[in-house]
Amino acid sequence: MSDTPAIEFVGVHKEFQSHGETVHAVRTLDLAIGQGEFFSLLGPSGCGKTTTMRMIAGFEDPSAGTVFLDGKDVTGVAPNKRDVNMVFQSYALFPHMSVFQNVSFGLERRKVAKAEITRRVGEIIEIVSLTGMEKRAPREMSGGQQQRVALARALVNRPRALLLDEPLGALDLKLRQQMQVELKRIQREVGITFVYVTHDQGEALTMSDRIAVMQGGRIDQLGTPREIYEKPATRFVAGFIGTSNLLEGEVRSIDDGIATLSSAPGDCVLVPVPGSVAVGDKLEISVRPEKIELERGTEAPSDCSVVAGTVSEVVYHGTSTNYAVTTAAGPEFTVFDQNAANADDLAVRGDKVFLYWNAQHSYPIGV
Amino acid sequence: MRNSRALHIYTWVVVAWLTLPVAVMIAFGFNDTPGRYNQTWEGFTLKWYGRVFGIDALTEALLVSLVIAIITAVVAGALGTGIGYALGRYRFRGSGTVNLILFAAMSAPELVMGASLLTLFVSMGVGLGVTTISVAHIMFSISFVSVVVRARVLTLDRSLEEAAADLGATGWTTFWRVTFPLILPAVGSGMMLAFALSIDDFVVTNFTAGTTVTFPLWIWGATRVGLPPQVNVMGTLIFAVGVLIAVLSGVRSRPRRRRG
Repeated sequence: MSDTPAIEFVGVHKEFQSHGETVHAVRTLDLAIGQGEFFSLLGPSGCGKTTTMRMIAGFEDPSAGTVFLDGKDVTGVAPNKRDVNMVFQSYALFPHMSVFQNVSFGLERRKVAKAEITRRVGEIIEIVSLTGMEKRAPREMSGGQQQRVALARALVNRPRALLLDEPLGALDLKLRQQMQVELKRIQREVGITFVYVTHDQGEALTMSDRIAVMQGGRIDQLGTPREIYEKPATRFVAGFIGTSNLLEGEVRSIDDGIATLSSAPGDCVLVPVPGSVAVGDKLEISVRPEKIELERGTEAPSDCSVVAGTVSEVVYHGTSTNYAVTTAAGPEFTVFDQNAANADDLAVRGDKVFLYWNAQHSYPIGV
Repeated sequence: MRNSRALHIYTWVVVAWLTLPVAVMIAFGFNDTPGRYNQTWEGFTLKWYGRVFGIDALTEALLVSLVIAIITAVVAGALGTGIGYALGRYRFRGSGTVNLILFAAMSAPELVMGASLLTLFVSMGVGLGVTTISVAHIMFSISFVSVVVRARVLTLDRSLEEAAADLGATGWTTFWRVTFPLILPAVGSGMMLAFALSIDDFVVTNFTAGTTVTFPLWIWGATRVGLPPQVNVMGTLIFAVGVLIAVLSGVRSRPRRRRG
């Protein structure tokens, strides 16, 4: 692995004219994607993730800034002159060509020798498990198989980076989960940088080495799946990735890096804070629903954050039970409770309960 | 059911309405008429098929029409495909105007078009003949070709061309290897339409022909002295070829079943 990033954006800005208005699709983006990395651009539709990817492929040119591939400035270079390949959301397989013709299209454009083409196509077709289907037409294949053809057609060229634009969006859930594992395996085997655009946070979390969460043309947070899930940098990230319980409060006291927040009488909310936070500061914290314990007693452990509430909804999910709990603290809490040995001892609607969690599981947003 | 019986009758009436004139044309090609008049049934014969090219002037007129129709189909096909592709794929300054002009050319009364073309050719000092007829036919056929091609281009997934570019194809290669094969059925339909419009055009041709005689012009001239059965035979043959092409293209374009 060399130090030069596979893909680098420096001050990239992209705006469109739409009905006389300027739309800022991507705002002053700086980004470096490493060699061999599985990198995801995650965000809701219109967040700029697809535009970012299309600027890597060369289908869009930045309004300002520079795009580097392997340290080489490729800003303004046409897509057919760039050493990256894309897997399109619609697969974009050539319907009038067989699987073999589709996959060999890129190699033919590079004037690779016939024997070499046959060898490499055979090799990649084996990697995507489509051996024996070379003569089929795309329309004679299932969605999952077409997806593999699209993957093979891009990978056979051994690009510097593979760009995937919501490639699993058209598949049903079972197939999608299967393809996630498959994609990860293929990426390990070929060792190529993957840039993966998706709005599905689960997909991004399970497959990526790093994730950039985008919103409104900006990156809200860039980090490993674990960082992004455990330590959301913004309110948006906390809400977009999984479910978060958000609480606001004023810092009352700080003891050994643990701040006590103002709360409803009887409640106690603790949160670990960095040294920059002082007494009197307003804080917003996020707590993941699976970190919270739900107890029907009256006594709660003293070292934990505790909030009293009333169960307003119980949804049984088999492996877990989800509770909605109204509290005096303000927001309605969501709690995921694993159905372990005590599965027959569930709280019911209207029960008075205590919610408690370890102080370390509170996370202050934006500090 | 009463309803479906009424629908049946209605359907067959319409079918008869559409096919009866053609049936009459075909039938009188087999009429054993002795004289110049081919309007009463005299008995069945195949002799007119043997003597289909027996009238030299008629044969020549048919050949002239075929040549013009082929020129029209090829030239209007090429130009119309270009226009249709540009209109379907890009938004550019004046694309709205081009659209408007195309529809104007299609909806303009033929009589007006023919008269103005005659004025144009005469004022330019161009001698009337096969060239002027072809120019006129290409002119009104282009619109039809480009409208058909544009409709196909509009439904074509844009990412197919992007995928080709992404895989290293130049614009030229992308067009000939990906775009053209996919819009070929539309180009073919457009060309056939141009051919059909050209081969039986009378009004515009009449204005722009000069002394050249095409198949429709010859028939028009002959009606005053009576139509020979050869006209029916040629009409039948042209019709048969048209039906054959339509059936073949229908069979070809039928989507094949998914196997797996």
